[in-house]
Amino acid sequence: MTDATAPMGADVPKKARKSSLYGTDDRTKKRNAAEKRFQMYGIAAIGIGIFFLVILLVSIVRSGVPAFTQTFIEVPVYLNEEVLDPNGNRDPDDLRRVSTFGYAPLIDQAIFNQVQQTEGLTTTLEDASDMRKMVSASAPAILRDYVLANPDEIGETVDFRILAASRVDGYMKDRVTRESVARDKNIDAAHLDLVDQLVEAGTIKREFNWDFITGADASENRPEQAGIGVAMIGSFFMMLVVLVLSLPIGVAASIYLEEFAPKNRFTDLIEVNISNLAAVPSIVFGILGLAVFIQFAHLPQSAPLVGGLVLTLMTLPTIIISTRASLKAVPPSIRDAALGVGASKMQAVFHHVLPLAAPGILTGTIIGLAQALGETAPLLLIGMVGYIATNYPEGIASGFLDPNSSMPAQIYEWSKRADPAYYERAWGGIIILLLFLMTMNIIAIILRRRFERRW
Amino acid sequence: MYDTPKSGVDVDAREVKISARGVQVFYGDTHAIKDVDVEIQDKMVTAFIGPSGCGKSTFLRCLNRMNDTIDICRVEGNINLDGENIYDAKVDPVQLRAKVGMVFQKPNPFPKSIYDNIAYGPRIHGLAKNKADLDEIVEKSLRRGAIWDEVKDRLHAPGTGLSGGQQQRLCIARAVATEPEVLLMDEPCSALDPIATAQVEELIDELRGNYSVVIVTHSMQQAARVSQKTAFFHLGNLVEFGETGQIFTNPEDPRTESYITGRIG
Amino acid sequence: MPLSLLIAIILIIGVVGYVLGRRRAMASAGGDSRGLHSLPVYYGSNVLLSVLVPAFAFIIIALIVIPLYIDTHVSAMITEADIGEGSSLGLVMAEVRRVAEGLDNAVAMGAISDEMARNAGANASDMAQRLRDAGQVITGEVTGNILAAAQEYRATSKILHVGMIVMALVIALGGFAFGYRRTEKDFRARNVVERVILAILIAAASVAILTTIGIILSLIFNTIEFFRIYPFTEFFFGLNWSPSFSGRGGSSELGFVPLLWGTLYISFIALSVAVPIGLFAAVYLSEYASPRVRSVAKPALEVLAGIPTIVYGLFALLTIGPMLTTVFGRDGLGWMGGASSVMTAGLVMGIMLIPFVSSLSDDIINAVPQAMRDGSLGLGATKSETIKQVILPAALPGIVGAILLAASRAIGETMIVVMGAGAAARLSLNPFEAMTTVTAKIVSQLTGDSDFSSPEALVAFALGMSLFVITLGMNILALHIVQKYREQYD
Repeated sequence: MTDATAPMGADVPKKARKSSLYGTDDRTKKRNAAEKRFQMYGIAAIGIGIFFLVILLVSIVRSGVPAFTQTFIEVPVYLNEEVLDPNGNRDPDDLRRVSTFGYAPLIDQAIFNQVQQTEGLTTTLEDASDMRKMVSASAPAILRDYVLANPDEIGETVDFRILAASRVDGYMKDRVTRESVARDKNIDAAHLDLVDQLVEAGTIKREFNWDFITGADASENRPEQAGIGVAMIGSFFMMLVVLVLSLPIGVAASIYLEEFAPKNRFTDLIEVNISNLAAVPSIVFGILGLAVFIQFAHLPQSAPLVGGLVLTLMTLPTIIISTRASLKAVPPSIRDAALGVGASKMQAVFHHVLPLAAPGILTGTIIGLAQALGETAPLLLIGMVGYIATNYPEGIASGFLDPNSSMPAQIYEWSKRADPAYYERAWGGIIILLLFLMTMNIIAIILRRRFERRW
Repeated sequence: MYDTPKSGVDVDAREVKISARGVQVFYGDTHAIKDVDVEIQDKMVTAFIGPSGCGKSTFLRCLNRMNDTIDICRVEGNINLDGENIYDAKVDPVQLRAKVGMVFQKPNPFPKSIYDNIAYGPRIHGLAKNKADLDEIVEKSLRRGAIWDEVKDRLHAPGTGLSGGQQQRLCIARAVATEPEVLLMDEPCSALDPIATAQVEELIDELRGNYSVVIVTHSMQQAARVSQKTAFFHLGNLVEFGETGQIFTNPEDPRTESYITGRIG
Repeated sequence: MPLSLLIAIILIIGVVGYVLGRRRAMASAGGDSRGLHSLPVYYGSNVLLSVLVPAFAFIIIALIVIPLYIDTHVSAMITEADIGEGSSLGLVMAEVRRVAEGLDNAVAMGAISDEMARNAGANASDMAQRLRDAGQVITGEVTGNILAAAQEYRATSKILHVGMIVMALVIALGGFAFGYRRTEKDFRARNVVERVILAILIAAASVAILTTIGIILSLIFNTIEFFRIYPFTEFFFGLNWSPSFSGRGGSSELGFVPLLWGTLYISFIALSVAVPIGLFAAVYLSEYASPRVRSVAKPALEVLAGIPTIVYGLFALLTIGPMLTTVFGRDGLGWMGGASSVMTAGLVMGIMLIPFVSSLSDDIINAVPQAMRDGSLGLGATKSETIKQVILPAALPGIVGAILLAASRAIGETMIVVMGAGAAARLSLNPFEAMTTVTAKIVSQLTGDSDFSSPEALVAFALGMSLFVITLGMNILALHIVQKYREQYD
């Protein structure tokens, strides 16, 4: 201790900066300023993050909400018997022979009549066929389906809600303007004038669009008819596959690794595999699906079953990791108690540990499912895109095996189409997708809150 | 090598360094310190003793406003350092802590080299004009921390590689390097073995030549060995405060006596 | 018999086995379950598992082996002459399968009779015409040999299919008999059942290994195939990416370098957005924010992590892209040609990665012991000095690991670059130019009905392989660093 005593005592420097605590010296002021700056960076970083979140949400809502309303033209349509059923016998086979080309003029005429009957309406369009551009190309087909379903109404005049063309719809939603129409051969300024007047007369209305939620996809040039319903069913079947496979496999794997696995090479190998699979890019799982399920096993392309299998493999690591965390959270004393009364290890796990871990496992599974529901990239490779999902599956087997799309793949498909009306649909689809994800996450949060246990 | 602590020091002749009046501390709704008055004198060692949870560490942390870092902690009353209220709005806790250094229960060297550990305080407070100056401060501090001989050949090795006792002396040297006037020590030996404890106690006794030292300890023997004055805390109250010899041989309060004789605590 | 019916029958055998096994055990103990070695449930379960496990294991193996066998067996019939110019064995086999399927469907529809379908002497073009008339998709020219192969394909697969069903049922019944015979009161049913369950658990855990093997095999075989028809040096060192669209030509240039450049450039921009913002946010949230601010800001940032990438893709394509174009495009500074650019994709990917970086860094900063903070604050350091000089250096390895994980995410991200980065491969320094990435090209080369034998399609597997190797390497390194870091403070 000699080194310590030497410089002490007399030669201790009298503090040069012996100063009052009340005054802040310059250096401290500078340091405090640096402190303030540093805090500002932090606040700015969080501000930027939240700012981006707000922009994102605002653009989703602003661009997506219009997809939930649709413009319709409400007019009485005269179902001309001479055109629709020339034989007059209402035979379904004969009725079917009349194609949509037969129906289109009826609609044109119906609108034209309405235009002429509306008082104080002026327009330069003087022919019934000029009305065609205001009407969706799908409208005749919709009318035809209606007539085939209700053959007795032929010959009568029926109030019908006709789907307006996407340009008219876009005009109602301020997406189409008079300037943009100048170069557009799908619609003329005269039509827009007419639309303005028909809106005033109450013939053209914007109404809530159930068909967007429940309907099927439509071809490239009929955005007004496209809906996300069929893709939703595709997603549903995929999630069913994911749930049915990943939950039991994930839980079984976690139980083995957490409760039974001896510490050896094989266990380490599995552990390393799981943590790496959790970080493998999702597109690689798409390649796996393509090569193994489609190229090798010859399963049908675009089938929700294949999509579900791929997403299962992708979700498994997530579920295993969260399940293991919930198993680990059950204290060893529970296992000891069960073993102490003579239960086998298997009984201790299945009778005591697993039920206690169940809420945590469920929460993890829901979050894994939500992740799978929003995943797009691997589905592109197994043919879930480019496919126009216009048919509802007929029954359960067809739901799994027939080509279908999924919500995110449908949104991607719409985003690639040329007509800007499809962008609106894509945003609208995102709102629906996010609502699903939000619901799932809220359920997970409630489960966690409700059953959270502190040992 | 040194005198028994109790003798040879004229306790009352020293100037008062810190005086606390009516100090109350609340943790949320818990009343942790109840109306404590205490005066800590310069150039001597004051020990705070008492059973666990009696508030002695909490009170110690009030003396350099370390409690500010805990959101739910609230301090009332007056604590004056050289006559200036350290809880005054004009006081910058950063400047205060440079004057009132602190050594913690577990040795907590930064994961840096020994040199950088010591140089950290002088650097942030701007005590060195140049590299040579800093080298000198580092050497002087390590000497005062009674660890210079052990580490002078490996100043750039990580501080975390030292033994527990060495780490704690490094931490004391680190606290000394900012030239504080008061050194607060929160159970500095509780994580150390007996030999390292003896070395640190020896160091504490040497430090009192320059600083006012306040030490929290749960070891009564340690308080008796190193301190000149002792305060006994119990359930957030300051039960008794006086000369160490007095407290240990002839306590006034029955609670103090119970604690010293091992009936409570 | 369809597979679902077979599975149902086996399940019924199993359930019957459960009931009978349980009853037999009870009978052997004279109706008193206390005389049994195990609970009655275990005797029933023993029979159930004896039925199900071997039968299902057999079916799964059969379903994998049978198509393999048929393929090799039938493809032996295909001669060199059947494989036309620019075609491959794979393509011809696909045709064979289509014809076989067409025959099946046509027979099912009643368009042709079963004998006709099996008739070895049938005229190929006549048969193709009949199939087309029946609405079957027959694309190529059906030669006699292909028709014969298709007929052989049908015949073999039918025999093997029936064989599999019979065999599966035999195995199920055998398992039933085995399990049932063993059932008597001293049989240690619980131990046996538990051992089987443990085996099932191990099998489930092995799915992770199988997935990795599946990924590696599916990448390796196709990648080798690709390098057989395309030189490997031209792939790795080629500076041009211009696949020919005809699908058959040898004129494609498939250089990896421009794709890698695009990938790294976009990832770099993404990280330069995400790392500072994420890191500062994490520091603020863990060191400064009051509990109230934290309870709002932390979940708000985490919402960004829960949003699917398709949403970010659309955000890049329709919001950020046009927004950047108004500033940097032709009407503004003139640096940007269209809405798609490295900047668009990088910026949006950066936003996506903010919560990833911040929550990882948050965990890592919180792992730094409180004693370090106390030590520094006790010396009179300000909070920011403590963070910059003590906490961040102490947390550095962990943060580096987190950044590596984020980088691997950025490199593997697909939807944002597919929608926001553009389609043209380019080696350029201008961040406002459209470029493309490895993942975007994997998608574009493998979507649509491309056949898997052209270099243009196979290159996707080589790209996937490179992507897999790069991200795997980064992940292993990052996990290693983070783990070492955590051990230090545990």
